Amino acid sequence: MPVAIPDVKKSWANAINTVTLGATKDEGGTRTKKVTVGGATSLPFHHFEGAMPYPPAIAMEVWDVAPQDWPEVLAEHFKDVWHDPGLWAKKCVEQYGADLICLRLAGCDPVRQNRGPQEAAQAVKRVLESVGVPLIVWGTGNNDKDNEIFPAVAEAASGENCLLGTITEDNYKTLIALCTAYKHKVIAESPCDVNIAKQVNILATDMGFKPEDIVMYPTSAALGYGLEYVYSVMERARLAALRGDKMLSQPMICDIGIEVWGVKEAKASEQELPEWGPQRERGPLWEATTAYVYLLTGADILVLRHPRAVASVREAIKQLMGDGLK
Amino acid sequence: MAKLTGIEIYKHLPKTNCGDCNFPTCMAFAMQVAAKKVGLEQCPHVSAEAKAALSEAQAPPMRTVTLGTGDRALKLGGETVLFRHEEKFHHPTVIAICVQDDLSEDKLAQRIEKINQLQFVRVGQLIGVNAIAVEHTAGETSRFAQTVKLVAERSPLALVLSSTDSQALKAALEICAERRPLLCAATKENFKEFAALAKEAQCPLAVRAATLEELAELTQQVKALGVEDLVLQPEISGLADGLAKLTQLRRLALEKNFRAVGYPVMVSVTSSDPFLETAYAAMFVCKYASLIVLNGAERWQVLPILTVRQNIFTDPQVPNAVEAKLYKVGEPGPHSPVLVTTNFALTYFTVESEVENSRVPSYIAVVDTGGLGVLNAYADDKLTAEAIVKAVKTYGVMEQVAHKKLIIPGLVAVLKGEIEELGGWEVLVGPEEAAGIPAYLRNEWKG
Repeated sequence: MPVAIPDVKKSWANAINTVTLGATKDEGGTRTKKVTVGGATSLPFHHFEGAMPYPPAIAMEVWDVAPQDWPEVLAEHFKDVWHDPGLWAKKCVEQYGADLICLRLAGCDPVRQNRGPQEAAQAVKRVLESVGVPLIVWGTGNNDKDNEIFPAVAEAASGENCLLGTITEDNYKTLIALCTAYKHKVIAESPCDVNIAKQVNILATDMGFKPEDIVMYPTSAALGYGLEYVYSVMERARLAALRGDKMLSQPMICDIGIEVWGVKEAKASEQELPEWGPQRERGPLWEATTAYVYLLTGADILVLRHPRAVASVREAIKQLMGDGLK
Repeated sequence: MAKLTGIEIYKHLPKTNCGDCNFPTCMAFAMQVAAKKVGLEQCPHVSAEAKAALSEAQAPPMRTVTLGTGDRALKLGGETVLFRHEEKFHHPTVIAICVQDDLSEDKLAQRIEKINQLQFVRVGQLIGVNAIAVEHTAGETSRFAQTVKLVAERSPLALVLSSTDSQALKAALEICAERRPLLCAATKENFKEFAALAKEAQCPLAVRAATLEELAELTQQVKALGVEDLVLQPEISGLADGLAKLTQLRRLALEKNFRAVGYPVMVSVTSSDPFLETAYAAMFVCKYASLIVLNGAERWQVLPILTVRQNIFTDPQVPNAVEAKLYKVGEPGPHSPVLVTTNFALTYFTVESEVENSRVPSYIAVVDTGGLGVLNAYADDKLTAEAIVKAVKTYGVMEQVAHKKLIIPGLVAVLKGEIEELGGWEVLVGPEEAAGIPAYLRNEWKG
C-alpha cells in the first residue's frame, strides 16, 4: 500500500534578478566571455520546485600590488605572478578556471601604498588586456579614497560592463553616477542588516540607477566569526525577495577569501596550532567550508583566493546543480 | 506542539453536555482545551481511545529521539522551524565517524583513539565528535560483534550499529544494548526482524528507503510493530538530491504535520575526497540532518564541520556573550597595552584575533554590556565611562602595568575625557574597526 505524500512544493511570487557581467566586442567591450548570475525562482538549488537557470559564479581575487601578509600556503600559488595583476589574473583564469576576476585595489588603500587614480586605472587595464573574463573591481573601503580613484577606474573600463564596488548607505553618489555614465554594475554593501541592504538599493535606484544593475553585498563573515549572522541575514533577504520584495531581489556576492585568510584557523601555522592539523589542508578547507555554507543561503558570486578552495567549491556547485555523487 | 482546533477536539468528546467538566457544553469545554486553558483530563468521561488519539495529534510534529544514556545521552530531532531566524535549531547535529569491522585489532584501536581525541575548544566551548558508527562489512557476524565490543570498551561516545544482518546486530546488542545505540537500518526487506530487535533492546532504529513514499510507508510498518523512536535515512545521490529530500522531509513534518516522516533524519556522507565530504557534512548540518556519519577523522577536516554546527545551532535570540573579565593575549607584562572592549562574543573574538595578529602581548578588559557590540552598547548606556572605569578597577589591571594608559574603541572616542577624569589614567583612542588593531599596536602603541 503506497503512501500518498502531501505536496510541499512552493511556488514563489517573485524571482531573483539576473545580472550579466562583461561585454563583448559587439556590445562595446572586449570580453570574450560573459557571466550571468541570478534568475532563481525558488531557494538555492531547490530544483524540485523552481528554476535556477545560472549556477553561482566563482571570482578569484587579484591585487594591484603584491600582498605582504598572505600566509605561505596561499602565497606559494601566486608569488610568481603577483608583481603583475595581468599575469596574476591570467593564471587564475587559465590554470584555476576562474569565472571572473575580482581586482582588489588594495594598493590604493591609504594604510598601504596609497596609490593614486592613474595607477588604479593602469591595474584595471592590465587585467582587462590579459584575460577575457568579466571583471569585478573592489575599492579600498575608504570613502574618500574610493571616490578619488573610481572616476579613473570606471573610465578605464568603459563599456566593459564590470561590477564595481562598493557603495554604502553613506557613500553611493559618486560611484552610482560613474556606473551610470560608463555602463557598469554596482555592488551595494550593507553591514549584515536586511533593512540597510534594502535602504542602499533604494538610495541607488532613487538616483535613477536600475535595480537590475545591482548586486548586494550583505558583508561576509568567516566560518567561526559570525557566519551565522550573515547566514540568517542572507536567508531572510532571499525569502523576502521570493515573496515579492523587489528591493531585495538582487543577486548576492560573498567576499570570502579576505575574511577567511584573516582568521587564525586559516592563517596560523601548524607550529602555532598543532592540535588543529596541517595548515596546508586546514586553510583552504576553512575557506571552502565558509563558501559551502553561503551557497545554501543564496550566494550568487563567491570571491575566493586559494586554488584548492576554488576547485572544491566548483565541484560542490556542480553537484548542487544536479550532478550525482559517488 | 501541533495546535488542534476546538472542533477537532470536540469530535473525540462524549457530546453529552453533562457539565461534569464545569463547562456547560462539550463544545465549550473543547474550545477551552484548544486554548490550552484546561487539560483534557478535566472531562471524567473521555475514552481511552480519544485520549490516545488526541495526545497523538498534540504531539510535536517532529519526534525527539534519544541516543545513548545518562550524561552522554544525545537528543536528535524535535526541530520546530525550517529557518534558524524563525526561532532556533534545537538539537545540534550528531557527528559520527565510521569504523569498519575489517580492520586489524591494532588499526582498530588506533582509529578509535583518534576519534576519541576529536574534541576541540573553540570560543570557550567544547565541541566534538559525538558518536562512532560501526559498519558491518562483508565479514562474519562474530567479527562485527568483536569490533563493537572493542569500540564500546574503548570509547565513551554514542554508538551507531550498522549492518544488514539481524544476527550480527543481535550479537552486538548483547554487548552494548544498555548504551542505547542506534540500529541502522531497517529496510523493506528486513524491517520485521530489525523492529523486533529494537523493541526488545529498547533502542532507536533507523529506517532506510530510496524514496520519501517508501520511507513513509516503512515508518508506519515499523511503528505498527511497536517501535516509535525512529530515525529516517533517505538514500541520497548527490548534494542536490540530498538537499531536495531533506528539505521536503522537514517541510512535511513541520508544515504538513505529516506524522509518517515526523522523525529526525540521518545521512551518511562518506567520500574519498575529504573536501567534498566536508561540503556534504557542512551543508547537511545547515539543511536538516540530525545525525551525519563521516569517514574522515582528520582534525583539520572535522574542526570546520563542528564549527559550522556550533555557528548554525547558536540561538539567534540570545545575545552571544563571553564572560566579562580580564583576558590576556600572549604573556603581557608591565609595558603591554590594555584594550577595552564589550562582551558581545563576536566583538570580543574579533578583537582577540586582531590582537593576536599584532603579535603584541596585551590585556583585554571586557566590560559586561549584556552581550551588545560597541555601538549598540553605547547607545543603550551599557558602555559608559562609569562601566569601563568600574570594570578596569575591578580587574586591577592598571596595577599590573607601568604606563597607566587605557586604549578604548575608536567608536566611543567621546568617552575619553570622562574616563580620564573618573579613572585618573591616560586614555588613548584606538581604531574604529578591529582590523586596524594590528597596525595601531605595532605603529602607535608606546608602552
